Amino acid sequence: MIKTTTRLGTTAPASGGSILEVDALTKEFGGLTAVNSVTMHVPERSIVSVIGPNGAGKTTFFNMITGIYAPTRGSIKLAGRELVGLRPDQVTEAGIARTFQNIRLFSSMTSEENIMVGRNTRLKSTFVDAVLRTRRFHESEHEAREAARLMLDFVGLSQWRNEIATNLPYGDQRKLEIARALATTPKLILLDEPAAGMNPRETEDLKALIRRVRDELGVTVCLIEHDMRLVMTLSEYITVLDYGTKISEGLPHQVRNDPAVMEAYLGRGAAAGEYGKEEAPK
Amino acid sequence: MTVASPVKPAVRRPLVKPDRTIWLVLFFIVTSVLLLISHETDIMRNLGPLGDVLRNKVVEALVVSLFLANVLFAYLWKAANWAKLLVGIGSLLFVLPLAGQADTSLLDLSIQIMIFAALALGLNIVVGLAGLLDLGYVAFFAVGAYTWSIFASPRFGEVLKYYGENSGTTGSGTLAIGLVLAAVTAGSMIYIRGLHGRVAPTRLSNLSFLLAGFGLLSGIILIGRSILVLFSGSADAVASGINPGFFWLFLALSVMTAALVGVLIGLPVLKLKGDYLAIITLGLGEVIRVLANNLGLYTAGSQGITPIGTASVPWFNSLVGALGFRPDQYYLMFLYVLVLIVIAVILLVNVRLDNSRIGRAWIAIRDDEIAAQAMGVPLMQTKLIAFATGASFAGVMGMIFAAKQTFISPESFNLLQSITVLSMVVLGGMGSFSGVILGAAVVTLLNLRILPGLGEASANVSWIPQEVNPANFNRFIFGSILVAMMLLRPEGLLPNKRRTRELHHEDDQEDESVDGNASGLNAGGDVYSAGLATTKEDDKTGGDR
Repeated sequence: MIKTTTRLGTTAPASGGSILEVDALTKEFGGLTAVNSVTMHVPERSIVSVIGPNGAGKTTFFNMITGIYAPTRGSIKLAGRELVGLRPDQVTEAGIARTFQNIRLFSSMTSEENIMVGRNTRLKSTFVDAVLRTRRFHESEHEAREAARLMLDFVGLSQWRNEIATNLPYGDQRKLEIARALATTPKLILLDEPAAGMNPRETEDLKALIRRVRDELGVTVCLIEHDMRLVMTLSEYITVLDYGTKISEGLPHQVRNDPAVMEAYLGRGAAAGEYGKEEAPK
Repeated sequence: MTVASPVKPAVRRPLVKPDRTIWLVLFFIVTSVLLLISHETDIMRNLGPLGDVLRNKVVEALVVSLFLANVLFAYLWKAANWAKLLVGIGSLLFVLPLAGQADTSLLDLSIQIMIFAALALGLNIVVGLAGLLDLGYVAFFAVGAYTWSIFASPRFGEVLKYYGENSGTTGSGTLAIGLVLAAVTAGSMIYIRGLHGRVAPTRLSNLSFLLAGFGLLSGIILIGRSILVLFSGSADAVASGINPGFFWLFLALSVMTAALVGVLIGLPVLKLKGDYLAIITLGLGEVIRVLANNLGLYTAGSQGITPIGTASVPWFNSLVGALGFRPDQYYLMFLYVLVLIVIAVILLVNVRLDNSRIGRAWIAIRDDEIAAQAMGVPLMQTKLIAFATGASFAGVMGMIFAAKQTFISPESFNLLQSITVLSMVVLGGMGSFSGVILGAAVVTLLNLRILPGLGEASANVSWIPQEVNPANFNRFIFGSILVAMMLLRPEGLLPNKRRTRELHHEDDQEDESVDGNASGLNAGGDVYSAGLATTKEDDKTGGDR
């Protein structure tokens, strides 16, 4: 693990400007502050991670970015455009796609149809087009089907094209969710625990897929993940949340060695010295 | 369990259906002959005891049902296309009208079935495709019916007379004020909407939008009132309703009015889901009925409106007359053909919408609202389209219903009607077009023919005591059939392919989630530090599904 970290440590967190700029984002549920003034800048074409113990506010943070929750305070800008106040579907249209912690595929649709729904926002045909079967309707249906084919190929699920989405093996369902999100042609994709419930082999597959999303499609990736091996080897930049507050950020090796992070995960005593021993078998 | 065992897609062996062309044609001929004979009094008289059997109400209802099953079999069975076409067109365009010539109640029944089939198709979009449980669907039916009835009956003349007598200060000045008000407010609403497209809405802008909306509404009311007053002079000219030539215009108008009411009802309530939506639509459906009851000037309240006119199409009448129909049957025959055309159009629209971006969006919302929105499906807009489309089907059929009955009252649109249409959708198979049409046919036949026929036939049988006579238990028998259906075949008579897949899938789902959890536990061992946490969250995942 140390080997990979060193390799990644030398990688600068991508050039160019930030694609996503989150500033002083706060969410209060009644008296509880779930996310407290978190600032995060995601560089374009990078892979970044948000980590933190359970209940740290990571998913709330994602839900604010995607418009499911309205932030109490703060701003979210995608490529300079303010997103606060937009509905989730408008955020998607603006260029942020997401997957869910507990897989949310459309259970009565095939894999292909699932992806075609993802393509919906980019299609031009209207109600009237559909009823009259105009040329625009046929063009957009063709486009949706083509997008589905490309995306299924991209994530390697072509053989499941006509299978009901929820009949796919667990790991493939996760991949399909990513494909569906990618079909919206996002600038940024948010992955909420993509490796949850995966075995090591599936996780390796997923890691390769995420890299290809960035390298081949040029989509910036931001993920929440508990699998530390995945996070440390994959991400170029890490933000750590605990109790809704950002406690650390930086390159993977910096975060790894940050006492504040160890404390958050293991408690004060363990962070002081027990840490290395506990992990020794690895 | 190191590697998830690859699940192969289940191989679906297509069932080899036997070719039933001969059976189909044979069945068609036999049932057609039976139907025609049972409606020919001359032949029946000569048949003796066999005629008595055929005259039995239950047998008669069965003959009609068997005959209508023709169309179903033509759809279901594997047969040559010419046979299917022959049976379909033959039964609907030749045999049925021919039998209807002898017995108009048959035409009436067919129109009723098709009206309900259209209603079921409309509700199917709302409930079956978009997954929005609407218990007040009959409201849209009422809107369509009243739109035509008020104008095509003496009611309109009376409304004009009333405004003539109570004009107050209303005049052309009011019309001008109304026009200006409507134009200004509509303009500002469009402007604010455009503004919202660019900047995030604020509380103030939302309030001003609402205010402009109220202004627009009052502007329209002023315009309407002044037009009624200005035209009150011609009250006598429309004493028995407007020119029947307007029928075609009103066909379009009833669609639009119902769709508009659908949007107006939908706007405030579609933020709600599931049970809450069901309750509030139930309430709003009743509100429309109560409005019809209380707006006495326009709807004649509980007395109902009568007589309601219908279109007169001279060339059609002469055509039908040449075929041997009596003049009093012209209008039923006209409505029969019209309803056949309308339902064909509705079916076409349904199928086309289902295989489109909007159909996929509806199903996505039904499957998972949050995921659908995250994939860029605008929830409110998509749900409103579903509501408006469903409503417009009900609207056009409401108008035809009013023209057929020539009498409507608020009681024609009570809650039971909404429930009946819903039961058709559920019985037939939610989301399946052929299913809901079959559901409509079965329920209508049960309610109008089979159960009353059973009652009538058993009423005079001496050995059945009055207390258990089926004639008194129509609703009970109908209810029992529904319950039995739901227990034995919950997916409906002709289930939607997707639904079936979903139902079958649920059996596998259990294994899947267990599988998922197991591999989750396994992965837990590999997690860098927060291993326990992952397992916990995974349990949550399994449970959520």
